[in-house]
Amino acid sequence: MTDPRRTSDRPTSACPMAETDAPRPAGRSRRQALAAFAAGAAATMLAPGVVLITGAAPGAARPPGTPASPAQRWGLLIELGHCADGCARCVEACQTEHGWHAGDHGAHDPHWIRLVSATDDTHGRTLNLPLMCQHCAAPPCRDVCPTHATFRRADGIVLVDRHRCIGCRYCVMACPFSARFFTPGALTDQRPHMPRGQGTAEGCTLCVHRIDQGQIPACVEACAAAGGGAMRFGDLADPDDPIRAALAELPTARLRPDLGLGTAVHYGDL
Amino acid sequence: MAAIAYDLIAVRPGRLLPILGVFAAAIVAGLGAALIMALAGHQITGMTNRVPWGLPHVFAYFLILSASGALNVAVIASVFRRADYKPLEPLSALIAVACLVGGLSLLVLDLGRPDRLMLTMTSANPRSIFAWNVVLYTGFMAVAVAHLITVIDRRFAWFGGITGHTANIWRFVLTTGTGLDLGVLVGRELIHSAVLAPLFISLALTYGLAVFLLALPGLAWLGGGTTDRALMQRLGRLLGLFVAVSAYLAVVLQAVHLYAPDGRDVVAFLLVEGGVYTALFWGGQIGLGTVVALVLAFGGRPIAAAAATVVGGFATVYVTLISAQVLPQAILPGMTVTSAFGDGALATYQPALVEWVFGVGGLAIAATVAIVACRLFRILPKASAGAGVRAIGG
Ligand code: SF4
Ligand code: SF4
Ligand code: SF4
Repeated sequence: MTDPRRTSDRPTSACPMAETDAPRPAGRSRRQALAAFAAGAAATMLAPGVVLITGAAPGAARPPGTPASPAQRWGLLIELGHCADGCARCVEACQTEHGWHAGDHGAHDPHWIRLVSATDDTHGRTLNLPLMCQHCAAPPCRDVCPTHATFRRADGIVLVDRHRCIGCRYCVMACPFSARFFTPGALTDQRPHMPRGQGTAEGCTLCVHRIDQGQIPACVEACAAAGGGAMRFGDLADPDDPIRAALAELPTARLRPDLGLGTAVHYGDL
Repeated sequence: MAAIAYDLIAVRPGRLLPILGVFAAAIVAGLGAALIMALAGHQITGMTNRVPWGLPHVFAYFLILSASGALNVAVIASVFRRADYKPLEPLSALIAVACLVGGLSLLVLDLGRPDRLMLTMTSANPRSIFAWNVVLYTGFMAVAVAHLITVIDRRFAWFGGITGHTANIWRFVLTTGTGLDLGVLVGRELIHSAVLAPLFISLALTYGLAVFLLALPGLAWLGGGTTDRALMQRLGRLLGLFVAVSAYLAVVLQAVHLYAPDGRDVVAFLLVEGGVYTALFWGGQIGLGTVVALVLAFGGRPIAAAAATVVGGFATVYVTLISAQVLPQAILPGMTVTSAFGDGALATYQPALVEWVFGVGGLAIAATVAIVACRLFRILPKASAGAGVRAIGG
C-alpha cells in the first residue's frame, strides 16, 4: 500500500488520522477544481480584475494511494478589515466541525482558533484577529517533538499524529503563537473524522480532512456564508491560484516575520 | 597507594529503617499522585495550556541538574587524580545515578501518555533536543553506573580512567542539552537564550555539589559514622565558587535580555513587577541561594551553605521555568492584545497538591536509591559507613 504521506518530512507509519490523509485525485490542479466550482461560489471583487472565490468547495477529492503533493502549499488570507467586531463565525464553525469547546475550564481549554483583540499602541486602531495554527514552513513544534508525532505534510499542513504523541507538551512550550493545546481530561462528543485523545496535543489542522475531499476549511466556509467574507483559502504555491493574485494586490503581513517561520496565514489590513 | 576500606552502611536502630519507611511512604504517595494524574488527566493540576510545564518539571530539572553536578567529587578523584577525594568517589557516582533516577521518573510519569515512552527511542526525532536528552540521560546513567562498578569492584579498576573521563565529558553535554531544551524556545522570551547552556552547566555543578554535601553527612548519620571536617570545608569553599559563577551567569542572562527588543519589559517583570516570581528571584535565587550560601560557604559552614543552595536552587529553577511561561507571548509586538485565552495578560499558575506530592515522591525515589545501594554495595568509606575506621582523607 502506498503511504499517502510518503512525501512528507516524517517517517511513514500507521496513521491514526487516516481520514486526514484521505485520497486526492491526481492530475487535477486546485485551479481547475476552483474553476469547476465557480458556479456555486460566492465571488468577491478584491481589486480590478481580481476575483476570489470563497465559501464553496472545489469539489475534488484525492484518490487512494496518492501522496500529498509538495508542489502545493495550502494557506489562508484573512482580511481583518472585514472581521466585524463581535463576529465569531469562524470560531463557532471550527468548534462544530471538530468538537472542541472552550469556556468552562479556563486555560485548560483548547482554542484551535480564537479571536484576539489587538489595539495598536501608536495610533489606537483595534483589530479583531482570528488566530489559529499558522502552519509554519519551519515549525518549532515539529522541531522539538521527540517522537515525530508533530509532522509537516508535504503540502505544508502541520498535524499531530495522536497515536505517536507522548503528551510531553514540548510543542505547546515551543509554539510562539500559543496555537498548540494539550488535552487534559477525558473527551466526549468526538467527531469521527477528528480523533482527539486525553494526554495528547492538538491544534488547527487546516481542516485537512475537508481539503483532501476537495472542500475548503470550515472556518472559511462559515466566514463566507454568514461572517464578513474575510477569509480565503488557497494554494500559495500555485501562481494561478486566486489567493496569489490577492496577495499580490493587497497589503498583507504575517505574524512575527522576524522569527523566520514561514507562516502560511497572511493577514490583510494588519 | 593503600587500598581504601569501604563498607555497607550500618543498620542503626531507630535510624535507617524508620527513615526508609518515611521515604517509602513518600514514594507510594508520589506514585499514587502519578496514577491520579494519569487517570483524571492534567486538568486536576495547576498546569494549563498557558503553563504546560509546572512543578513536576521543576523537581525533575532540579534532580537532573543535581545528577550531573553530584559527579564533581568522582571527577576530581578520577580525572584530576586527587587521592584525598578518592574514598568518596563511589558515593559521588551513586548520588549522580540516584538523582537521575528520581528526575527521570518524574519526567516520564508526568507525560500525558507515559505508556508510549518507547516511542522516544523507536521513533526518535533527530531534530528534537528532547529526543537527544533521552539518549543523553540514559547514556549518562550507564556511564555513571559503569564508573561506579570500576571503583567498587577492583577487578575493573583499570577501566576507571576511561569511565571517569567519559562521565565527565558526558555530563557537560547532558547539561548543555538540558539548558538548550529551554534556550531554543523562541516564543518564551525570558529563557530564549544560548546563555541557558552555560548557565545550566554552572547550576548543575552547584546543585550537585550541594546535594552531595547534604547526602554525605546524612548517610554518615544514618549509619552512625562520621565525616571528615577538613574535607567538608574544602568542598564547602568549592561550592561557594560555583555559587558565585552561577550568580554571574544569571546576571549575564538578564543583561543579554536588555539588548533584545522589548527586553526591558521582560527584565522589569522578573526584577520588579513579577509578584511571587520577583519575590522568589530576590529572596530565593539571589538572597538565599547566592548571598546566604556564599557567606556560609566561605564562613566555614558547608552543610548550612549546601542547604541554602538547595532551597535557593529550587526557587531558581521554579522562577526560571515558570516565569518564562507566565509572561504573555509577544504574538503581535507593538499592540495591546486581549482574548478569551488570556493573550496579553499574565498567566496564573498555582501548583496543585497532587503536583507537590508527585514531586516529593521523585526526591524520595532518589534518596531511597542512594540509601538502599549503600546497604547492598560497599560504597561508603568506613568512617562514614559507621564502621568506626577513619578512612576519609584530609
Ligand atoms: S503556529 Fe505553532 S503549532 Fe502551528 S506550525 Fe507554527 S509553531 Fe507549530
Ligand atoms: S506533546 Fe505530543 S506532539 Fe507535542 S511535542 Fe510532545 S509528543 Fe510531540
Ligand atoms: S482551518 Fe479548520 S481546524 Fe483550522 S481554524 Fe479553520 S475550522 Fe478550525
